[in-house]
Amino acid sequence: MIHFVLLISRQGKVRLTKWYSPYSQKERTKVIRELGGVILNRGPKLCNFVDWRGFKVVYKRYASLYFCMCIDQDDNELEVLEIIHHFVEILDRYFGSVCELDLIFNFHKAYYILDELLLAGELQESSKKTVARLIAAQDSLVETAKEQASSISNIIAQATK
Amino acid sequence: MNPFSSGTRLRDMIRAIRACKTAAEERAVVRKECAAIRAAINENDQDYRHRNLAKLMFIHMLGYPTHFGQMECLKLIASTGFPEKRIGYLGLMLLLDERQEVLMLVTNSLKQDLNHSNQYIVGLALCALGNISSAEMARDLAPDVERLLQFRDPNIRKKAALCSIRIIKKVPDLAENFMNPASSLLKEKHHGVLITGVQLCTDLCKVSSEALEYFRENCIEGLVKTLRDIANSPYSPEYDIAGITDPFLHIRLLKLLRILGQGDAGASDCMTDILAQVASRTESNKNAGNAILYECVETIMSIEDNGGLRVLAINILGRFLSNRDNNIRYVGLNMLMKAIMVDAKAVQRHRATILECVKDSDASIQKRALELVYLLVNESNVKPLTKELIEYLEVSDQEFKGDITAKICSLVEKFSPAKIWYIDQMLKVLSEAGNFVKDEVWHALIIVISNASDLHGYTVRALYRVFQASTEQESLVRVAVWCVGEYGDMLVNNVGMLDIEEPITVTESDAVDAMEVAIKCQRLGLTTKAMALIALFKLSSRFPSCSERIKDIIVQNKRSLVLELQQRSIEFSCILQKHQNIRSALVERMPILDEKTFSGKKAGSLPTAVSTSSIIPCNLPNGIGKPAAAPIGDLLDLSSDDAPPAPVSSGGDFLQDLLGVDLSPASAPSGTSQSPKTGTDVLLDLLSIGTSPSVQSSSSAIDILSSSHDNKAPVSNLNGLASHSSLSANATSPASSAGMMDLLDGTGAITQKHEENGPAYPSLVAYESSTLRMTFNFSRQPGNPQTTFIQATFTNLSPNVYNDFLFQAAVPKFLQLHLDPASSNTLPASGNGSITQCLKVTNTQHGKKSLVMRIRIAYKTNDKDVLEEGQINNFPRDL
Repeated sequence: MIHFVLLISRQGKVRLTKWYSPYSQKERTKVIRELGGVILNRGPKLCNFVDWRGFKVVYKRYASLYFCMCIDQDDNELEVLEIIHHFVEILDRYFGSVCELDLIFNFHKAYYILDELLLAGELQESSKKTVARLIAAQDSLVETAKEQASSISNIIAQATK
Repeated sequence: MNPFSSGTRLRDMIRAIRACKTAAEERAVVRKECAAIRAAINENDQDYRHRNLAKLMFIHMLGYPTHFGQMECLKLIASTGFPEKRIGYLGLMLLLDERQEVLMLVTNSLKQDLNHSNQYIVGLALCALGNISSAEMARDLAPDVERLLQFRDPNIRKKAALCSIRIIKKVPDLAENFMNPASSLLKEKHHGVLITGVQLCTDLCKVSSEALEYFRENCIEGLVKTLRDIANSPYSPEYDIAGITDPFLHIRLLKLLRILGQGDAGASDCMTDILAQVASRTESNKNAGNAILYECVETIMSIEDNGGLRVLAINILGRFLSNRDNNIRYVGLNMLMKAIMVDAKAVQRHRATILECVKDSDASIQKRALELVYLLVNESNVKPLTKELIEYLEVSDQEFKGDITAKICSLVEKFSPAKIWYIDQMLKVLSEAGNFVKDEVWHALIIVISNASDLHGYTVRALYRVFQASTEQESLVRVAVWCVGEYGDMLVNNVGMLDIEEPITVTESDAVDAMEVAIKCQRLGLTTKAMALIALFKLSSRFPSCSERIKDIIVQNKRSLVLELQQRSIEFSCILQKHQNIRSALVERMPILDEKTFSGKKAGSLPTAVSTSSIIPCNLPNGIGKPAAAPIGDLLDLSSDDAPPAPVSSGGDFLQDLLGVDLSPASAPSGTSQSPKTGTDVLLDLLSIGTSPSVQSSSSAIDILSSSHDNKAPVSNLNGLASHSSLSANATSPASSAGMMDLLDGTGAITQKHEENGPAYPSLVAYESSTLRMTFNFSRQPGNPQTTFIQATFTNLSPNVYNDFLFQAAVPKFLQLHLDPASSNTLPASGNGSITQCLKVTNTQHGKKSLVMRIRIAYKTNDKDVLEEGQINNFPRDL
C-alpha cells in the first residue's frame, strides 16, 4: 500500500502531498522535512529507494521535481517506479509537456488526476487513456456549470438593470 | 458579475506568494489572505466559497494552519453542483484526516452522494471515502459501497473495489460481505476493474482466513487463466509499457497467486506452469519487465516447493545481482533475504557479489547487503566474512560504523571458533571503531579474557601494542587499562608467550607510563580515568620498583577537580602509606568472572530477589586465602552470621564483579528484605559519581534498611575490601574500626551527599477511582532540593483493556512540570501490568509552598472514550 505521495521541488518546496494513512499535521511537516533532507541529498547515480522508519520510499526525479511514494516493506519497489512514471505521463498528456509551474498554478488539477490514478493507496487504473477521458468528462461538467452560472447571472444582471 | 472572476483570484494569490522574497513577506501575504477568507467565511459568502477553499488548500500545502476552513468543505460538499462538490471533496481529503471529529458530519452527505444519479458525483464520494474514512464511517457506509461494486459503469466499480479495501482494513468483521462481490470482479474484462478486484481479493485474504479459503477453492483457475491471457496477449497500445501488456495487472495477479499458493500444495501446483512461463519469457531489459520478474520470483519462493522453479528463480536473482542498475541490485538483495530462508545454499553461492555490495557507494544498497551478510554467516564461513567486514569497517562512512560494528560483534560472539580468534577480532573492531561499540560489548570481552587464562599474557601484550599506537578509541583504552592492571606482570615478563607473537620488551615503568597517559589524557572520560587509577593501584604491588612513582601519580590526583578521582586517590594513597601489609591482598588479581552470570544478567534473566554487591558480613572469615581462581560463589559461602546485609540490589553491571564485590545468586541471604532491583550502572555506583541513578538506588535502600547508612554502595566497596583484609573483622560500623576509619578519612563528601539526599518519601496513591489507580514514587537529585522526580505508575482496576491511554497534568505557575513519554499507551486489564511515566517537577517556591497538581487521564475502553480528572493535594509537605 502507498502511504503517501510527495512532490518536492529541488529547492525543497512541497508541490503536492497526498496522505493515504493518517498522519497528524505535525507528523506531516516532520516527514516532509526529514525525507526532503534524505532524498534531495542523494547522488544522481544511486538507487531510487530509501529505507525510512521501517518503510521504503521510492522516489524519482523528473526535471526539477522529485516524485516520492512511501510503501510497505514487502511492496514491489520497481512497480512503484512504474506507477510514478505512469502518473508523470498522464500529467504530461494533460498539461502538454508538463512543467513545475503547471503543477503550482493548477495544483488542484494535479490532485484530481492523482485521485483518478490512486485510491486508498492502491493503483486504480492502468490505462492512461481512461484517466484522461474521465478527467476530461469532469472538466467539461465544470465548464458547463460555469457557463450556466454566468448566463444566469447575466440574465439576473440584465433583469435588474 | 461573474463569481468565477472577481476579487483576488487563486492565480493572483499564488503569484503574490511566489513573488515574496523572504519568509516574512510570504507570511504577511498569507496572513492577509487568511484574514480575507475568514471574513468571507463569517459572512457566509457563497459565491466565492469554492475559490476560498482552493486558496486554503494552497496555503495548507505551504504548511500554514487552515483548520478554520474545514467547515467550508462540508458546506461545499452539501451543495448541489458538481464543481462545488468536486472542490469540496478535494478540500476534505487535504485538510482533514480520519481522526478529526468534524469528519463524522460528512457521513450523511457521503451517503446521499453515493446514491446520486450523476456517476461522477458517486465517484467523488467513493474517492473521499476510500482515502479518509474512519472506522465508524466505514461501518455506516459499507452497504452502499457493496452495492456499488455492481454499478453499471466500470469506473465506479473499480473505485468501489478500492474503497472496500479501506473499509475492510478499518472494520475486518465486514470482510465476509465483500467476498462474493469481489470474486465476481475477477471475471471482468475491464483492466481497471480487474486490477482493483484482484487487489481487493488480496486484502480480503489478509484480513480473513475464511476469504482465503474461499478464493483458493473458487478462483485459482480463473486467475491463472487471466494471467496466461494477459501474458500472451498481443500488443495493445492502451496498456502497453515497454512491450509488456499491463505490467500492473501482471504484478497484482502474481501477488494474489502467491497468497493463495502459500501453504497449499494443490493451489501451488495449479500455477506452476504459468509461473515458469512468466519467469522465463518476460523481457528483462526494462524496468517494467524486471518488476514482473521480481514479483514472480517472490511468488515462486513463497509457494510450496516445485523443484525446478526455485532454480529458475535463484538464477533470476543472480542476474539481478550482477545488473549494473542499482535499483535492480537493490531488489535482488532484498529478495535474497527472503530466499535465504528457503534455500540458504543457493544464496551462499552469491556471497562474493553480496560482499561487493556492502562496499557499494549507495547507502541503501550497503544497508541491505550488510543485513544479508549478517544472515549468511555460519560457523564455516565466519572467519572470511568477518575479515571482509572488518576490512570494510576501516573504509566505511562514520554514520555506517555503528551499525556495522554492532553486527560484527554479535557475529563474532555467536560463531567464534576459538577464544584467541574472538579476542583478536574484538581487538581489531575496538581499535577501528571502539567509540561506536556499546558498553556490553567490551564488558563481554573482559569476561572472555578473564576466562581464557592461557591467553592472559598474549592479550595484555596485544592490547598494550594497540594502546601504544592510539588512544583514540575509548572502549579499547578501557579494556587495555583493565588488562594491564590485572595482568601487568605478564606484560613485563612475557609470560605465556605464544609462537605467533612477536616478542616485545616492556619495562615496568613503560606500563606505568601507559596508565599515566590514560589518566592524564584530556579526551578520555571519567570512567576510563577511574579505571586507570585502579589499574595503577593494582600495579603498585605488582611492580615494587615503580611503587614510589605510582604513589606520586596517585598523590597528584588528590588535587583532581573531579570528586571521584580525588576521592579514590586519597583512599589509595592512604592505603599505600599506612597499610602496606594489606595492600597485596587488596590488589589481588580478580577471580575469574563467571560467564554465565554475566550472560544471565545481560539477558535480564537474573531473578529479582538476587542481591548483588554491598553485602558486608561483619565477622567475615575472609576469603583472601582462597585461590584467586576460585569462582566467586566460593567467596560467598562466607556471608553468614549475624550481619545485616544491605541488599542494595542492582540490575547489574558486571563491573562490580570486576572489583570483587559481586555475590552470586546463591548468596542472597534469605529472610532479609530485598530492595527493588534497579537497573543502575554499577560502575557509577562503585565510583559514586553522583549522577542520579546511583543515588536513587542508594536512597531506595534507605527505605528498607534502617542500618544501611554505612552500607551505601561506594563506601561499602571499601568496607568490603577492608573486611576482606580481616582487619576490621568485627566492624559493624565504620567507626568501630581503626582501619576502616582511615579508609573513610576522605569520605566526608560522600556521606554528606547521602544526607543531602534527604529522607526518602513514601510512595503515594495520587489518584484512585473504581477503574484506575495512579501511584507516585518520589526521588530527588542531591543538591537540588527544588526538583523532584516523580515516577507515576498506572494500574487498571477494571476487567477491560485501556487503549490510547493519555495522562496529562497541570501545575500552578510557581511549579514547572516536565513530562517524559509514557512507557506505553495500552494498559492491560485487571492490573496485569502497568504504565509508568516520569515527571520532573521544579518547585520555585521550595520550602514555602508544597506541590499541587491537577491531572486528567483519557483512554479508550470498549471503543468508548473515557476521561477522568482529579486534583492531587496530598504531596509530601517538603517537596
